[in-house]
Amino acid sequence: MAQVVIRSLNKKFDEVHAVKDVNLDIRDKEFVVLVGPSGCGKTTTLRMVAGLESITSGRIMIDDKVINELPPMDRDIAMVFQNYALYPHMSVYDNMAFGLKMRKFDRADIAKRVQEAAEILGIQMLLKRKPRQLSGGQRQRVALGRAIVRHPQVFLFDEPLSNLDAKLRVQMRVELKKLHDRLGTTAIYVTHDQVEAMTLGDRVVVMKDGYVQQVGGPLELYNEPANRFVAGFLGSPAMNFATVKVSQENGALWAANDGMQIKAPPAHIDALGRYVGKEVTLGIRPEDLHVASTADPTELGFDVVVEVVERLGSEILLDVAVGTDTMVASVEPGVRANIHDRMRLALNPERLHFFDMQSEAAI
Amino acid sequence: MIEGAIWRRWVFFYTPLTSFIILLLFPFYWMLVTTVRPDSELYRPWNAPNYSPFWTLHPTLEHVRDLLTETLFGTWMLNTMIISIAATAISLFCGLLAGYALSRLKFPFAGSLGTMIFITYLVPQTLLFIPLADIIRNFRLGDTPWALILTYPTFLIPFCTWLMMGYFKSIPKELEECARIDGATRWKAMVYIIFPIAVPGILSAGIFAFTLSWNEFIYALVFLSSPDQKTVPVGVTSELVRGDVFYWGELMAGALLGSIPVAFVYSFFVEHYVASLTGSVKG
Amino acid sequence: MTFTYAAAPAYAGTPRRGPVTRLLEDERWLAVALLLPTVLLLGLFIAYPFVKGVELSVTDAKVGVPGQFVGLQNFEQVWNDGIFRVAVWNTCLYTVVTTIFKLALGLWLALLLNNNFKGKAFTRAFILLPFIIPTVLSTLAWKWMFDPTFSVINWLLFQLGIIHSRINWLGDPTLAMVSVIIVNVWRGVPFYAISLLAGLQTISPELHEAAAIDGARAWQRFRHVTWPLLLPVTLVIVLFSVIQTFADFQLVYVLTGGGPANATQLFATYAYQIGIGTGLLSQGATISLAVFPVLLLVVIVQLLYIRRVETH
Repeated sequence: MAQVVIRSLNKKFDEVHAVKDVNLDIRDKEFVVLVGPSGCGKTTTLRMVAGLESITSGRIMIDDKVINELPPMDRDIAMVFQNYALYPHMSVYDNMAFGLKMRKFDRADIAKRVQEAAEILGIQMLLKRKPRQLSGGQRQRVALGRAIVRHPQVFLFDEPLSNLDAKLRVQMRVELKKLHDRLGTTAIYVTHDQVEAMTLGDRVVVMKDGYVQQVGGPLELYNEPANRFVAGFLGSPAMNFATVKVSQENGALWAANDGMQIKAPPAHIDALGRYVGKEVTLGIRPEDLHVASTADPTELGFDVVVEVVERLGSEILLDVAVGTDTMVASVEPGVRANIHDRMRLALNPERLHFFDMQSEAAI
Repeated sequence: MIEGAIWRRWVFFYTPLTSFIILLLFPFYWMLVTTVRPDSELYRPWNAPNYSPFWTLHPTLEHVRDLLTETLFGTWMLNTMIISIAATAISLFCGLLAGYALSRLKFPFAGSLGTMIFITYLVPQTLLFIPLADIIRNFRLGDTPWALILTYPTFLIPFCTWLMMGYFKSIPKELEECARIDGATRWKAMVYIIFPIAVPGILSAGIFAFTLSWNEFIYALVFLSSPDQKTVPVGVTSELVRGDVFYWGELMAGALLGSIPVAFVYSFFVEHYVASLTGSVKG
Repeated sequence: MTFTYAAAPAYAGTPRRGPVTRLLEDERWLAVALLLPTVLLLGLFIAYPFVKGVELSVTDAKVGVPGQFVGLQNFEQVWNDGIFRVAVWNTCLYTVVTTIFKLALGLWLALLLNNNFKGKAFTRAFILLPFIIPTVLSTLAWKWMFDPTFSVINWLLFQLGIIHSRINWLGDPTLAMVSVIIVNVWRGVPFYAISLLAGLQTISPELHEAAAIDGARAWQRFRHVTWPLLLPVTLVIVLFSVIQTFADFQLVYVLTGGGPANATQLFATYAYQIGIGTGLLSQGATISLAVFPVLLLVVIVQLLYIRRVETH
């Protein structure tokens, strides 16, 4: 059983308040991803769980035991670093055996565990080599192997895939997921890449400026972002935002700016009601925009001028001008569009988002 | 390379370079020639006719033999060797630990302490030798190798510390962090992970320290008095002169043989030596 | 909700940890333990003698005779000592002249070595020999080369027809100073050269190429590209060399012993003569301290320089 509970965690470096009041409950066997832009506090939080940074205030507990004062070596955790941190003067075998030697395991046990881990990761033939003789992907596997031989309670990952090339990264992502399925150990994973967050996490924690912005499953965060930052952070290409004014006409609520006039769908009427006469931020993802057909109601569409056409094969990205704004629409590959074309786009009303202009919270 | 006509290369490059090399190495050649030249040839006046000083047709080992059998040269070599090795060992030990602490640990006054150690490096031995002689006498270390083994580190440790600091700074801190998470104490992480990686730096510092010890003169001159305790530099300059007569053959043999261990060690580790020399300068 | 604080780890394979181990986990205590040997040694054999040296200089101690406090009497005496004044002049002259020559020649040699040629590594290794070989031993060789009767230098100059009567290298006061300077420069040039070479090698060749394309000739390239970038390294080397030369002892002791007639007497040799030779410890200590102002200056300049570099 290895649940990790973080309560009111704060970290200050001299004057810089890097981690602000973080609360998190991580269940046993869960794979939690901390994601956010650089400087958001995700790595600092991870390092506090590891014991590499001191805690300014708050508590970290593993299985109901507060571990604030325990040195890293006594916390029964393993960490995989961004640049692998393999001991250059030792062979792969010794790298993986080091932790077990420090804990005074006997040689037979060590050999067994190292072999086991090596087989899982497919690196048995590399055991005698030194790190400098390995490729990036191989080094990453050794780093993983070093972590799993110890059978720790919690795995910590600090951007482990950032140093790999794009193709390898995709490959390793899949392998990590398989590994977690197989081993079932609680894991905390830090990354700035939202794709990794979405694909790897059972739950995702989005952080910004030291605060937790939202916690939830990947799809929950994607479909129901709690604020504008989360909405814009997850998903690629990013969500389109436009400033619109809410007005009431003919018994319906309208959100409009100089490029569009959208009728508020029924689901949003209650919430938007409070914003009549005020400006709010409208959000719609590129894939939720499509070329308007006669079947689409006029109040859910708007006219655009095509500025850039990006044909990716699986989809076409249209950079369009909507009034004075620009938006990106992702349409099927069959659509015919050229620069300077005028066309009409329609949006999926169930996928519309609105955000308060000051607090940026979802409405 | 200097581009241009061949003559330019000769004038601006080869000639000056060769001149430098000749001027810098000639004294050693002279040492060698004098060592193997018989006495009869040795003492010919500078303006004697038909005299070719740059080589000899009757090389002899009599000076070397005399040096080794009639003087305490062998003892001096042994003394110097023991003292240099011991002082180097102590300095490396202290320098390793201090360098690690100053470059990888956070603690109050770290900066000032580092600066102070650096300053002691600048303090010349000639400023301290008189009061230090007194202190050595009070500790009853006078005329023993310990007088030097304990005082040489004063100018070796700052340098070793400085060098090791530079070396440690280039080792990523993730290695220690990973070791600590793996279960090592800070101490074990330092000894099992960081030190082995720093071995080339340790080698460089050791070589440099060894040559500096061998070269030291004033402390050895002042703290040691008995002929059988002396180091090579002191012994050769004080014991090989009888009255006012300089026995140049033996003197040069002593100078030559006395230089060999240092040159030998240096030759094996030139890269390391240059690395530490330039490392100390680039700071 | 109550929680227990995890103390002794409760999982397999953990060794017991004693109190010392736990103490050393704290960065600060570990630092203390690691720095202790160094601080002890340096404190005992540098800080303590320094204090004692100052103490000695304000007493009238002699060998075997503990001294009484005499205030600044020693300083007065030393200042009025004619030989001391000569030593001041000599030491300053010696330091300034040798440093200028070492820098110029060292730089020249470094520039020469900065080219690619066959046997470069070999040459570089041999060039350092004057610096590696113990000073007194190589100085002995020079003493032999300067010998009034048997000097090989005189022989060479005579053969080349440049001189007809011998040059009394070590016997003539002016020439003795020249000789001492020659040997010091000979010894120091390799150090300057190799250190400056390292500095030169950090200057990207692209900078020179860009300057050349811009039309700069060799001398201009040196003045505007090489020299400014070399200045930091040069400063460090010169500062270090100045303090070493100012406090030089070995070379003069072996070559001339300070003579003839104090023509080459330096602070260190005079301090030795007075303090150890005649046993006037307190006065010897006072003379030794003459080096201190220059040391202080060098240290201050170095520290200011370091601070400036670090704030960049």
